[in-house]
Amino acid sequence: MSITELGRAGGDLSPGAGADLAVRTEGLVKTFGEHRAVDGIDLVVRPGEIFGVLGPNGAGKTTTLRMLATLLTIDAGRAEIFGVDVAANPHVIRQLVGVTGQYASVDENLTARENLWLFSRLQGIAAPRARRIATELLGQFGLEKAADKPIAQFSGGMRRRLDLAASLITRPPLIFLDEPTTGLDPRTRGQMWDTIRGLVADGCTVLLTTQYLDEADQLADRVAVIDHGRKVAEGTPDELKTAVGNSTLQLLLAEPDEVPTAAQVVRRVLGSDPVLSPERGRLNVALDQADLAADVLIALRTAGVSISSVSVAKPSLDEVFLALTGHETGGGETGGTEESGGTEESGGYRESGGYRESAGSGREENR
Amino acid sequence: MSTVIAPARGAVRAADRVAAARRRVTLGETLGQTLVMAWRALKKMRRNPEQFFDVAFQPILFTAMFAFVFGGAIAGDVESYLPLMIPGILSQTVLTTCMATGTQLREDLEKGVFDRFKSLPIARIAPLAGPMVADLLRYAIAATLTFGMGLVMGYRPGGGAGGVLGAILLAILTGWSLAWVFTWVGTIARSAQAVQGISMMILFPLTFLSNAFVPVDTLPGWLAAFVRINPVSHLVTAARDLANSALISGEVAWTLLACLIVVAIFAPLSVRSYKRHM
Repeated sequence: MSITELGRAGGDLSPGAGADLAVRTEGLVKTFGEHRAVDGIDLVVRPGEIFGVLGPNGAGKTTTLRMLATLLTIDAGRAEIFGVDVAANPHVIRQLVGVTGQYASVDENLTARENLWLFSRLQGIAAPRARRIATELLGQFGLEKAADKPIAQFSGGMRRRLDLAASLITRPPLIFLDEPTTGLDPRTRGQMWDTIRGLVADGCTVLLTTQYLDEADQLADRVAVIDHGRKVAEGTPDELKTAVGNSTLQLLLAEPDEVPTAAQVVRRVLGSDPVLSPERGRLNVALDQADLAADVLIALRTAGVSISSVSVAKPSLDEVFLALTGHETGGGETGGTEESGGTEESGGYRESGGYRESAGSGREENR
Repeated sequence: MSTVIAPARGAVRAADRVAAARRRVTLGETLGQTLVMAWRALKKMRRNPEQFFDVAFQPILFTAMFAFVFGGAIAGDVESYLPLMIPGILSQTVLTTCMATGTQLREDLEKGVFDRFKSLPIARIAPLAGPMVADLLRYAIAATLTFGMGLVMGYRPGGGAGGVLGAILLAILTGWSLAWVFTWVGTIARSAQAVQGISMMILFPLTFLSNAFVPVDTLPGWLAAFVRINPVSHLVTAARDLANSALISGEVAWTLLACLIVVAIFAPLSVRSYKRHM
């Protein structure tokens, strides 16, 4: 994609500096009353990548996405999509972007096929072609059998698939996915991940928000960590992990009641507090050197704390988040699953309800 | 209307898409999108037939009730009250029907699908105007049932079939125009219940403080003054002239003018407030 190619658009679509980028934002701001939901976010998404926006509930992820999708006005700052200014050309932006929201935005009164037909027709696709596209997409997303059933009978996963299918009707070059797997069971979640990877293989660019650290880790080429409407870090998942420390000692105590004792021992040996996991009896200890693990284990043995399992892993994004923001993203078992091999689903997956409030991050998104 | 779709196979090329993107929605596209939205509203009506209860029962029930209750007192007997009352009921029914436009829009706006409508490159007015086109069917049913019930009760319109048809068409057009008021209420109110409440407060004075059921001469002077400028009175008088004597009076012009003013004010207001919902 070059500037000369873009020049064919003519008019005031003349590309800004971000013409060779899928998304470029500078100092993006959205305020709701006194509350600055998005407080000066700069993002750069390159064509053909999966870019993850990671943060807890209320961090401003959805608000950022909605501004980029022209669903919310931009209060300050600037956003460009493929070099086109979002605020100045909303109609053009809507032709370039497919949006799949946190809640399935399909019509409950229509069947799956009718939904796809409706959205095709609205976008100016002739009736026979709209019918063909609907059939194609239903096949592609495994919804043929349910095609003519009312949406009310659909499971959460089927709705999400239909929703994503509806976003792909015109094969937009940029796709926004707002928490695409929140509330899905692990199997459906894995299918959704495969679908998202497939989109990128077709030449699409994907911008997704997630509060699941392992999702960002699994899918995203690059991640921006957002907290309280600000970007606190950006990089590849590996870069972020490396920035935090070398390794993490993960302990599961035989007696969950001994957690306070174990925490005390860790503090004495390393001079820092371990991260307590909501899972009973589990502690994660950040280590500067993996060697220190032995010191901790010996001290625990001396103190009479019995351990049922132990592992040393690269730090998960959970710990990254803690290190970057000073508070946790949520509860749940912390990562290292890819290192321990083959247990992805048992890893960091948490139900949305598992989010644990901490240090002022419990605000609701938007309102 | 042409949307560029990449071939099913082959990579998506962003630069081509930017180049091919249309800058704005044309009038033709807006009309097409409105009709597609109307199709959606019709499907919705078919799947939720309870939406037709008001248009089906109100004309039947009200015609019988009002005729027997007020007929003797106002016009001496039921039969001579019918020519006065039927056009009144017609106006009232159509107004009640268009009130539902607002409540249904409010309910609809809260659904996820409106998020998608907003994210699509379509005219902002299409999601509002579509259901209103579908509602023309509801007005037609309500108006036809009102006259049907009148005929059953012994009403013999002097204007003949042409006059009755004219009255029905005028009522449908007025209903469609006034529905923009309720659409606007639907886009500003916080809940469907609020829309219902506000709409009732608009609707009751408009229908009852008119000449729909009683002759204006019987009213006190200050009230008669309001009744004379009430657009519903113009519709009622115009419909009476049409149905009872096939007369296209100046009242028709007044009614049409009132409709035009209402649409000119409330259609842009509705679109503006709908946009702000984003």
